[in-house]
Amino acid sequence: MKVAEIDVNEKIGNVREILTDTQKKRGILIHAFQQIQKEHNYLPEEQLILLSRKLDIPLSEVYSTASFYKHFYFKPRGKNVVCVCAGTACHVRGSHKVLEKFEEAFGVKEGETTPDLALTLETVGCVGCCGLAPVVTVNEEVVGDLSVKRVDALIKEVKGK
Amino acid sequence: MERLKSIDDLKKLSDRLKDETFRPEIPRVRLCSGTACTATGTPKVLSAMEEEAGKRGINLDIVKTGCQGLCQKGPVMKVEPQGIFYQKLKPEHAKAIISYTVLGNIPYRQSLYRDNILSEPIPEMTDVPFYKKQLRIALRNNGLIDPRNIYHYIAVGGYSALEKALGSMKPDEVLNEVDKANLRGRGGAGFPAGKKWKHTKSAQGKTKLVIANGDEGDPGAFMDRSVMEGDPHSLFEGMLLCAYAIGADYGMIYVRHEYPLAVKNLTHAINQAMELGLLGKNILGTNFNFTIDIREGAGAFVCGESTALVASVEGERGFPRPRPPRLSERGGGAWGYPSNLNNIETYACVPPIIEKGADWFKSIGTATSPGTKVFALTGKVRNTGLVEVPMGMTLREIIYDIGGGIMEDKKFKAIQTGGPSGGCIPAIHLDLPVDFDSLTKVGSMMGSGGMVVMDEDTCMVDVAKYFLSFTQSESCGKCPPCRIGTFQMLQILENITSGHGKHGDIERLIDIGKLIQKGSLCGLGQSAPNPVLSTIKYFRNEYEEHIYDNHCRANVCKGTGVFVINQAECIRCGLCKRACSFDAVTETRDIYHIDRAYCTQCKACYQACPVGAIKIRKHSVIKLEEQFRIPPEKFEILERRAKMTLRDVIKLKPAKILTCKKDCKIADAITIMDGNNVGSILVTDNNGELIGIFTERDIMHCFTKKISVNDEIMGNVMTTKPITLDPSIDISIAVHLMSDKKIRHLPVIEDGKIIGMISYRDLISYLLPEVLYMAEDIY
Repeated sequence: MKVAEIDVNEKIGNVREILTDTQKKRGILIHAFQQIQKEHNYLPEEQLILLSRKLDIPLSEVYSTASFYKHFYFKPRGKNVVCVCAGTACHVRGSHKVLEKFEEAFGVKEGETTPDLALTLETVGCVGCCGLAPVVTVNEEVVGDLSVKRVDALIKEVKGK
Repeated sequence: MERLKSIDDLKKLSDRLKDETFRPEIPRVRLCSGTACTATGTPKVLSAMEEEAGKRGINLDIVKTGCQGLCQKGPVMKVEPQGIFYQKLKPEHAKAIISYTVLGNIPYRQSLYRDNILSEPIPEMTDVPFYKKQLRIALRNNGLIDPRNIYHYIAVGGYSALEKALGSMKPDEVLNEVDKANLRGRGGAGFPAGKKWKHTKSAQGKTKLVIANGDEGDPGAFMDRSVMEGDPHSLFEGMLLCAYAIGADYGMIYVRHEYPLAVKNLTHAINQAMELGLLGKNILGTNFNFTIDIREGAGAFVCGESTALVASVEGERGFPRPRPPRLSERGGGAWGYPSNLNNIETYACVPPIIEKGADWFKSIGTATSPGTKVFALTGKVRNTGLVEVPMGMTLREIIYDIGGGIMEDKKFKAIQTGGPSGGCIPAIHLDLPVDFDSLTKVGSMMGSGGMVVMDEDTCMVDVAKYFLSFTQSESCGKCPPCRIGTFQMLQILENITSGHGKHGDIERLIDIGKLIQKGSLCGLGQSAPNPVLSTIKYFRNEYEEHIYDNHCRANVCKGTGVFVINQAECIRCGLCKRACSFDAVTETRDIYHIDRAYCTQCKACYQACPVGAIKIRKHSVIKLEEQFRIPPEKFEILERRAKMTLRDVIKLKPAKILTCKKDCKIADAITIMDGNNVGSILVTDNNGELIGIFTERDIMHCFTKKISVNDEIMGNVMTTKPITLDPSIDISIAVHLMSDKKIRHLPVIEDGKIIGMISYRDLISYLLPEVLYMAEDIY
């Protein structure tokens, strides 16, 4: 999706009838970030500049909003994104051990990306699969009920990807 | 899909679908396709079932339902009409299930639910303990219908509340019904939904919005997710009823981006409802218009707060703002339009209320909190998953009957409710009936309904630190009490858990916590200290252990305690030596030993030991153990004793209370003392009240002052107004007092009555370990 192709009226949905143009442009900002990130894996500067021009919102304000939300990144991310759930249930069932294993295996700390952009390791508040704690998501796919053995197998699998 | 043009059209469609869909003569399986079961293998089971049914030419109706609740045993499936419940399915089971159950009407034993390997399997879903005590209102269709098929929803009676409302009720009647039902907001605070609706309705302005809050950020909660994924139309119907009641034209669902399946299913469902004419302009031929848009969040916990959510919807930073204006007022909601914001679960409860009436709803649950509540039961329980129970069920029932008890039969320690805003409830409150008010009373809150069970292996200080680190990192940073306060509290907690706690840290935590509660702008900050304050309230001794003894009783915190190898349990495998990065484990000819000078308490050896021979002990215990050769098991008794009160001492060693009257001769009193082998006698008046004490020391006084023991009476020589203590006093305080005042005998008085006599020696023998050790051997 190109920034220039964003249809403000379509993206804002049915509430368009009661909003002014400025409100509409503001309203789709987060949606636009999500679209850009979907395509580029992160929010590249030039895309944000284009977006700022397209929506008539100062770049500083675009950046202000984007930087507030944890989900948006300003640096390229790895090909595979491993997200260790650090929710309560996972914490109680030992997610920190899982995280340590991943950190050890890939030589990165939480929140970092390997230099070859193969993997980004992150933690997330809760993915809502507490029944399967401890849980890891690999590129949005949920892998649950991790024991030490299964973590090792998963690490191998991720390395092979 | 043909657009429904009138209320009658919907009625006809509904009647037709009730006959056509879910016909009892067709064999049917309801396979859970919730996120958790999908992760454990639903897609493979699904294709195996389809293939197998196709091979045998059976017309098998496979319904891909939303979350059925028992996530841990997934993938789960129910086979109808037999009603047999299967769990932990694998693709290879498909063949057997079709042969046994679908064709042969008998259960396939291997995949049935059982409590443990030894117990009898339970074939029918209604008998499974996890489902037995549940009552489903918000989750009524979860596990029954395919969320991606609107006809399924209509076939099980969906949209009939809308039909009733549009057909025969005025907007005010709908509002009054919800108000009368006293439906309280399921998002946490429990504000009555009816009142909120009234506020919004009476707000100025023609345009109003209905917003559903699906930003379920609480770690350990996923009830909104199951409604959005498993039964989106019930959410729409609730929103439609709300919109009809308050006169709103636009609706919005705010979903967190971590729930991709929810977004997918909601979008799909909205399109279907639009096509059928249940959303859009002139719904069912009336002049009622309502549309729903989806807004995705972007990973900010604070956006679950109403004003922050609105800011996020508008495309701003998700900062909360001071209220008023409230969302329901003009200028307060999204883009300034009055907005009614409720939780997903709250909306899902509305259709049954309209359909069956407020009185029916009020007959369930407790007087102040009617209805049911969905809880996400997780942590160290056997059956984790989503449960919906009537309000007022006790914690014990939820944990032990539905949850199946604690994993590995360990001891229950606490249950955390309400996520990072709630608190920990200890075992003494296990019989607490759960509703909005009772939880607040014990220092926790309902929150969104997360319940995390903790056992003896969970360190409460670590749990408090965990929640605080969550709120600290999620704090939006707008107001200083929350931004700086949570950071300071976290630093103190980090010191405590790493063995660097200082005297006064607990008081500092309480002080800062109370300041944050008072000074913060939004709910996040106001409730952020709750986990810390509630754990201090109920588990203060664990904090004290961390600070003063450098010890973590659950062996969770690193950098605390002294590591030793129990030679009796050690199997000399050497894994601890290999695990240690600091060469602290040394090997002599026949034993392994941990060198304390090198040990960094990293717990690597503790985790490596296959037989649990590595023990983490307190510093003080180790010293005593080495000095006096006292086995560590004795310390448990000791610790218990040090915390005893005078009442316990009297109970354990009841002594005869010797008394005499004021006019008793000294010689007689001495005879009594000698005869009973005690060192003191109490002097009472005629009412039995204590007026003085006569001890061995007094006999010496009598001798030096040449008082005739045969003639003088007690009244003249006794010590009047003796020091007495209440039985609730700790023995350590009593010892201090006695040595300070130089007395050796202490009467214990309760309500003016003498209930016991304690000597200095009694107390010392309970306090000093070496004395106790000898005493233990004697009796």
